[in-house]
Amino acid sequence: MMIEQLLDQEQESIVDVEKLSVTFGSQEVLKDITLRIPPGQTLALLGESGCGKTVLMKSIIGLVKPTVGTIEFDGENINQLTERQLSRMRLRYGFIFQNAALFDSMTIGQNVAFPLRQHGRFSDNQIREMVLSRLSEVGLPDSVVFKKPAELSGGMRKRVGLARALIMNPELIMYDEPTTGLDPIMSDVINELILRTRSRNPVTSIVVTHDMHTARKVADRVVMLIPRQRLDPGENQVIFDGSVKELETCRDRRVQQFVNGEAGERLMEMRANGHDQ
Amino acid sequence: MYPWGAPQYRRARRLCTNLMSIVAPNNSKPRLTTRITGWFTEWVLDWGELVISSCIALGDFCLFILSTFRWMFSRFPKGETLWPNFYQVGVSSLPVVALTGTFIGVVLALQSSSQLGHYGLTNQLGGVINLTLVRELGPVLAATMLAGRVGSAMAAELGTMRVTEQIDALSAMGADPIHYLVVPRFLACLLFIPTLTIMADFMGVAGGYFYSNIWLNIDQHYYWTNSAKFVNNFDLFTGILKSLFFGSAISLISCYQGFNCKPGAEGVGKAATSSFVFAFIVILILDLSLGLSLKALYESWYPGGTY
Repeated sequence: MMIEQLLDQEQESIVDVEKLSVTFGSQEVLKDITLRIPPGQTLALLGESGCGKTVLMKSIIGLVKPTVGTIEFDGENINQLTERQLSRMRLRYGFIFQNAALFDSMTIGQNVAFPLRQHGRFSDNQIREMVLSRLSEVGLPDSVVFKKPAELSGGMRKRVGLARALIMNPELIMYDEPTTGLDPIMSDVINELILRTRSRNPVTSIVVTHDMHTARKVADRVVMLIPRQRLDPGENQVIFDGSVKELETCRDRRVQQFVNGEAGERLMEMRANGHDQ
Repeated sequence: MYPWGAPQYRRARRLCTNLMSIVAPNNSKPRLTTRITGWFTEWVLDWGELVISSCIALGDFCLFILSTFRWMFSRFPKGETLWPNFYQVGVSSLPVVALTGTFIGVVLALQSSSQLGHYGLTNQLGGVINLTLVRELGPVLAATMLAGRVGSAMAAELGTMRVTEQIDALSAMGADPIHYLVVPRFLACLLFIPTLTIMADFMGVAGGYFYSNIWLNIDQHYYWTNSAKFVNNFDLFTGILKSLFFGSAISLISCYQGFNCKPGAEGVGKAATSSFVFAFIVILILDLSLGLSLKALYESWYPGGTY
């Protein structure tokens, strides 16, 4: 019975992170992280700067290799895949980078069409139609197609990044700080787009953010990480895992500090630790 | 891209420091001998760290080269990635290489004429200029110009792509960055550096001839007869073969520097500078080692012939 339950749990998750640790040089960024994400869930990954949120997300897509631990996507251990298998697997992901990471040398149209040209066997007409439809979904006019990324505002670049990530209809979408650096209205536009994307397709989403408004609006589940320096001995780096409502009522001082945006004794701690996060 | 290097030497350094603290503990008032021991330990550790990090970087670079070759032979890059690089290397670099070649031919004629004039050998000028150009200066100068003009630009471009996460974005969309970015640049340098070398040779030969014939009034019959006597096909082959090695080294070093660029504007600047410095050093080392090997090869093929 126990085994059956375990097997059911295994099948339920689309992303399965097991005892993940990532070390860069002498700096241990993530230690012993275990996370299971069921299909269709929108998970907000919260935490202050430098706690390893982006590293965790890049580990899930295979851009950062774990020092210890395993990461499975749809039952396949991504660290055991060859480069080619990983390339094919990545067609099932969509990744929206913090600064959009659009290719400077290409036009917006070429940027959005890039995944299609790289993998798909579509005619030029089909590609044009798909690009225009994705751009209109994120609220961009057809005229941006021939512009270069440098000619667009930050909010427009983020939306182009979203259109590019969505063009292959991914099963898992990862947003790296999607609202950082945007005005409140544009931030909410991005939040609306995240919600609309989920309502159209049954996608799983991971949203790395500092923005509590985004977390409250889009997330089904919230996971909060904390920098390794702030942990008590023997404590896990994931200090909160639950719903948004539970987050609001969580009694942990560090969680409440983050939710309410209060520095408290943090400046003194940072001085004492000698790091400038 | 390959951040697996750093921990090893840091761990080794920590271990050595711990060992030394047992052997020579840090007292509040260290004696002179202890201080000398400490200074010596630091010196040994610094050198050890440098050697280990150099070995790691070299190993990393070899893996980078292997990966480039693996991708080159397993899947040929698309035309849209090849043509812009071919244009940059083969067409945009042509004027500057031609200009450099011309001036080097003229300067060689200018300097050699006074030297040979002392011995009354100005008629031999053509041979000296053309042999030097075809065998050495043409390939080395074309490669140097390519390293400065194209190599630094490659390192800066790829470095900026690394810093702004564009290389990560390529991987995230299932395109291999080495296949997409490095292989086309490598092929462009490999295929077009011979043409740039031939251009530098040709312009140098023309520059040297016009200066010698018009300025120094050397008879063109002697000029060309001596050139033909001195320069043979093997010399031309030597120059072009060298250029192939130079082109490969320039592209691989520049791309590697770009891929491993440190964050920020300073990182990109350093990647561009160090790509030129390393490429230039490697060009000189390759020039010497290939020169020696080709001399040995020539002497084994034509025993009794003078290289």
